[in-house]
Parts: sequence; structure tokens; C-alpha cells
Amino acid sequence: MTQRWSIATAGIVCLALELFAQDQTTVVRGARIYSAEGAPIENGVLVVRGGTIVAVGDAGMSVPSDATVIDAKGKVIIPGLVDTHSHVGGGSGGDRSSALHPDVRILDGINPLDESFKKALAGGITTVNIMPGSGHLMSGQTVYVKPRPVRTVEEMLVYVDADRTIYGGMKMANGTNSIGEKPFPGTRAKSAALVRQLFVKALDYKSKIEAAKGIADKMPKRDLEMEAMLQILDGKRIVHHHTHRADDIITVLRLQKEFGFRVVLHHVTEAYLVAKEIAEAKAPCSIIVIDSPGGKQEALNLSYENGAALVRAGVLTGFHTDDGITDSRLFLRSAAFGVRGGLAREEAIKALTINGAQMLDLADRVGSLKPAKDADFVILSGDPFSVYTHVEQTWIDGRKVLDRSNAEDHKFAVGGYGVFPDGVTLDACGGGE
Amino acid sequence: MKRTINVAILVASAYSLMTAQVAIKGAVVYTMAGAPNKDGVVLLKDGKVERVGPASSFTIPANYKVLSGAVVTPGIVDAHSTVGLSGILNIPADQMQLEKSDAFQPELRAIDAYNPREPLVEFVRNLGITTLHTGHAPGALASGTTIVVKPIGGTVQEAMIDPGMVAFTLGSNVQSTYKNPGTSGKAVATLRGEFIKAQDYTKKLFAKDPEKRPSRDLKMELLSRILAGEVRILYTAQRATEIMTVLRLQKEFGFKLVLDGAAEAYLVLDEIKKAGVPVILHPTMVRPNGDTRNVSMETAAMLKAAGIPFALQSGFEGYVPKTRVVLFEAALAAANGLSFDDALAAITINAARIIGVDNRVGSLEPGKDGDVVVFDGDPFEYTTHVCGVVINGTVVSEKCH
Repeated sequence: MTQRWSIATAGIVCLALELFAQDQTTVVRGARIYSAEGAPIENGVLVVRGGTIVAVGDAGMSVPSDATVIDAKGKVIIPGLVDTHSHVGGGSGGDRSSALHPDVRILDGINPLDESFKKALAGGITTVNIMPGSGHLMSGQTVYVKPRPVRTVEEMLVYVDADRTIYGGMKMANGTNSIGEKPFPGTRAKSAALVRQLFVKALDYKSKIEAAKGIADKMPKRDLEMEAMLQILDGKRIVHHHTHRADDIITVLRLQKEFGFRVVLHHVTEAYLVAKEIAEAKAPCSIIVIDSPGGKQEALNLSYENGAALVRAGVLTGFHTDDGITDSRLFLRSAAFGVRGGLAREEAIKALTINGAQMLDLADRVGSLKPAKDADFVILSGDPFSVYTHVEQTWIDGRKVLDRSNAEDHKFAVGGYGVFPDGVTLDACGGGE
Repeated sequence: MKRTINVAILVASAYSLMTAQVAIKGAVVYTMAGAPNKDGVVLLKDGKVERVGPASSFTIPANYKVLSGAVVTPGIVDAHSTVGLSGILNIPADQMQLEKSDAFQPELRAIDAYNPREPLVEFVRNLGITTLHTGHAPGALASGTTIVVKPIGGTVQEAMIDPGMVAFTLGSNVQSTYKNPGTSGKAVATLRGEFIKAQDYTKKLFAKDPEKRPSRDLKMELLSRILAGEVRILYTAQRATEIMTVLRLQKEFGFKLVLDGAAEAYLVLDEIKKAGVPVILHPTMVRPNGDTRNVSMETAAMLKAAGIPFALQSGFEGYVPKTRVVLFEAALAAANGLSFDDALAAITINAARIIGVDNRVGSLEPGKDGDVVVFDGDPFEYTTHVCGVVINGTVVSEKCH
């Protein structure tokens, strides 16, 4: 009993200290700052307080005299990275009973204590769209989280709508991953037909609700699948669509035009072949960077130049890890390969941050260093696109949540015995073999 | 007649391409045999390295084709791959790296399965890989032999430069792939049984009475050669438990051994060192999963500090990426405690030594094969391109990748 009390008391003290810390002004000075809002600032100053950014400027900027000052001379500061597509957190989506699971929420399966969140922090990732896998046409509802060191998934959420029903988007897929034995489609055409049928049903549900004009007796029965579909039709829930081959990308755009949903295209191996069409449809693209082509037929035409081609065409372009397909700790590497393929360096920074935030409708909160936005940032040892650079510190909401100089955190950055006891899951977008 | 002339010209020009003399200039030339040359030049003649030195020390002859770049290195050696047996499509028809009918088939030969026209061969070549130790994959108690190839040629004979080793594995993937053995204890008992049979077979081979000599058995013939030290075992073992078992087996049967994978090598550095066994370490970016879940990006640096000879590898991947690129794996090792020189050595001269082809490749020294890579910057930087690849004195890629 006594012990329990002391633990509780300790908890309160910690909480109090934390609130105090949040109320403190912290000034990080001396670093080169890439804000994702404008030109890089040499010898920059970043001021944060109460979990938000107060100011970003150069060395001449005045700062409160009582602030805690962190010397970041010689370092580089970038906004916390936004990973638009990841499978960290140990959650899963729909099962094999259906190819379409609009009602299934990955939120209900995430373990906030899963070590994979530490991988994200070690990679400088501060906002993650956690997706169910791609073995379905529609695998379920995604969730946008910050990998805060907390115990409940509720405390990780970045966004909750007024009705408290929307925390993320909807995962969809086409191409080969979602093809299988019944009830899964056997062909691409059948895949599209099943998706269209679901949308047609949702339109019908919607018209019944409209016809009821708010009269309770006339309302259709509650239907979890249809409620989520309605959110998609109303543009409140963004579709995050796994798609690789150019013809599959065009199919997504065709369905999008028919039903008017908001879509972000994910992986997009062959996007550079249809960049004009993607730009015309104003569909953002989030690219996966794999070291070599192949592994499946859809990924044969991999090009490191994909990002540059999309930006040139005017497409809002980002990257993602698809962790465990690529490692969250190496997320910067994905954009570095974009630079290798011709992407301008500042575009590459944006592709890792603000562009991703836009794809999640979170650009007002995260993705760039700008006053009033969340104080999510990363301190790097050097150039963001150098292999030799390490993430030294990751900060979320004005709190340092990872410090590589601390032995416990270093372990998450490099691995070792017992660091990731569960390993990684490849069921994700992989579906694997 | 006209056609004949055209063909003759074509043949002549192809011949001149093959035998063209090449000079490669680099702001820095890493020879991996002594200190790097600033403003260095490598001359290649008749497919071999003719001369290496500072540009000021000699003149490039007029008839030499000239390539130049910021950094020049020897052709990169991937100490363990499965490319050419595992194909880009990842469908059963192009996955020849692991036969699943039986867990113990050392007699399967990579030479009978390697496809020199596999697209992944060209892909890695364009990124500077000029020697590949490839063949049967980890996953069986014994999956078959490997070969050392260059990523050129239309037939395996043209590609091959060395017969390689025999790929053995201990680990949970053996038990998950095959019904028998079902446990790691049974796996080792099976292996010991086979080696004892082979000892007996070897004895009978030398029986005075020809009547008592055994009839030919491909499996036993190979095991007999392994026991005689004529062929080495490439032993994949990731966890410390399996690494120690492999060392125990080696002590019992005395075969020549190269340790492969070795994700938990950092737990048993002293034991590996004492056994005097070289290590072909897992890719730095191998996923922390299954037997590799305790992998560390710093193991290469720890092997170096312990004085254990090691090389890096691209390994085997079952999904995407279908192959890793050993250059990128060395880069990450260099970012995690290994020095630049040691990381480069792990994919050039040290890799060549461990796979047994350092008389031909791995460094730029007169008389060695004319395998050279030209980079437009630090070879390990993500943003650097491979802008020239030369194999056996022939330029095989001039485009920046």
C-alpha cells in the first residue's frame, strides 16, 4: 500500500516537473536551421515554450533572459519528420474474412509501448501515419500519432475530430498485394469493381440520410462500415492508397474522379511515367525508396529519380518508410536518394516534413518550424543528407524524447541484444511471401 | 558482299572495344595497396592493371580511353550474394537459390543455376559491384555450392572466376522451411551423422581392394572434399548459440570455415577470434527480425576492434529490396564506428581475401584484373553517383547511377 502511494506520488511529482518544463522557455542556438518555410538560417535561434514554437530566427534575435539555452553550434536543426506511411506500433488491420474493411480501426490494436516507436524517434520521426497492411483493397482506418513516450494510444493522437470518430485516414490498395482467393479479388478489374460497389453502396447510404432530413425514424440503421465511407465521401477522411504500377495509379485516379474522395498515392514506383496525369488530378504522392528494383513485378521500374520527376511536374511529393519495409531510423536516407536522383535539397527537406504534413491535413500543426506550430524538431550532427550524419536529439511538443548521447537511446539508434525483441513485421505492405 | 564487310567492321570494332586500353584519373585513387594517390591515374592494358601512380609521374599514352572522376576505387567485391540464382521478379520461376525438397543437399551446384542475364546482375554492376560471391542461399542445413563471378558474360563459364564454397546454415529458418529437422538439436545431430558417414566414405575410397571402394555418391564426394580441406564451408549462423555450435562442429570435423551472417557476433568475439575464423558479416541494414533481431549497426566496428578479419555482404532478401547493394551496406558501417578505409577494405581487398580471389581482384596493383569504379564524390555518400565501371579492362558503364 505504502509502495503504491509512493509510486503515485512520484508520478505526480514527475508530472509537475514536466508541466514546469513545458512552461519553461527553451532556446536552441547556433545551428543551421532548415525550417521548411524558407531559406536555411545560419547560426539560427529556435525558441520554444509550452510545447509550441515561439520564434525562429537568426543570431540577432532577442530571447527571454530566463530561458534554458541549448548550444547547438555546428549542428543542423530540421522540423520533426512526418512519416506518411508506417507500420510501427504492432497494430494490424482487417483480417482475411473480407477484402474491404472500412470499419476496422488500427487504433484498437496499437501498443504504445512497442519498441518500434523508439525506432521512429531514433530516426527523427515525430508524426506517423500508422497504416494497416496492403493485403486488402481496403485494410482499415489509419491513425496519425506522435511517438510520445506514453502508455495509451489516446495520448499519442495528433488529431481528433469534433465527433471523436476520426483520428486518421483510410488505407486502400490495388495491384497484386490485394489479389487472392475468394473473398479477395482474382484480377485487377474485379478489384476495381469491388471498390466501386462499396462506394455505390455508400452513396446510397448517404442519400438515405439526406432524405431523412434529420428525422430519427427515417434514418438508416447505424452501420460502422458506411459511417466511415461517408466520412470519405464528405472529404473528412483521406484515402491513403498503396499503388505501384502506372496503370494501377491511373485506376486510382479514375475511381477518385468517379466518387470524389481525397486521395494520397503511396509507394508509386512508376509515378514518373504518369506524372502529368497525377499533377492534373492534384493527387499528392508519397514515395517509398527501396535499394533495388523488383521483389515483385510491380516494383521492377524503380527509379531514384521518381521524386525529382514528380516535383518537376508540380505534384506534392513526400517520402515514407513503410517500416519495417525500410527502417524508420534511416528515414533521412530516403530523401537523400531523392537528392541523388535530382531532387533539390530544400525540396527534399520539405518532402520529409511539411509536404507529408499536408498529406495528413496536419500542416497547421506540424511539418515546419514556424511560430505557434508544435515544437517538434530534430537536432542533427551535420548535413541532413549525409550518411555520416546522426539524429542526435528528437523533440516532440517542446520535450526532448530521444538523446543519442544517452546510452539507453543510443541502443535504439543502432540496435543490439534484446533492443527490438519483437523484430519487425513485414505483413504490412509487404504481404511478403 | 556489302553485308560481309559490315559484319567484319562490327567484329573489328567489338574487338577494339574489348581490348581498348583505358586510363582512369581520380582526384583521389584508393588502391587498397598502400596510401591513396592524390591526382592519381590507373592504366589498364589487355584487361589488367598496367600501372598506378600520381598523374605527375607519367604521361597517359595517346591511344588510351580516359575516364575521370573525384574518387577512384578498385571494383567492389560483394562477399556474399544470391543474385543470379534469386531473380528480380520474385516468382517461383526465378527463385533458384533454395531447393526445398530436402534440408541437406550440399551437392547442388551454383554453376548449374546461375543466370548471367538476370537483370539484378546488371543493376549491381551499374553501382560498381564487379565481383560477386553468389550461389545457394541460407536456409537449409546445406543448400549447395556457391561461385565467384564477375557480373559480365553471357554464360556462367564467362562469368565465373572461382568455384566458391558450400553454403550451410544453422538457425530457425532451417526448421521453419523443412519438416525435418524439426529442432536445432536434431539439425546438428543430422549434420554430425552426415559428416561421420563421409569420414567412413573417405576411408573406403582409399581401400586397397577396389571391390571395397564405395560407388560414387555426389553428396559424399563433396563432404569428403570438405573434410579434406579442399572446399570451404560458408556457414550462416546469426545467433550466438548457432555461432558457437558451428565452431564446435568445426573443432570436431576440422573443416575449413567462413562464418556468415553472425548477427550476434558481438557476444562471442573472443571465441570467434580464438577459432581464427573470418566473418562475412550480415548487411548493416538487415532487418532486425527472426534470428537477426538482435542485429547492431556497430558490429563491423566491433569485429575490426577485435582483430577479426571480416567482409561485408548484400546477403539474401526474400521480398523488397530483392537484393541489397553492398556499397550501401559498407556506407552505413562507416557511419557507425568503422573507419572509411576499413569500410572500403570490407568491400574490396578484405572481401577478396576471404573469398579467395585476392590474387586477381580487390586492389589496384599491376597485374591484377582491370576492375575499377569511378565516383563523383565520397563513395559512401547517399548523394554520390557511380559514374564509371570497368571490368577486365572494359568499360561496362559510363552513365552516372
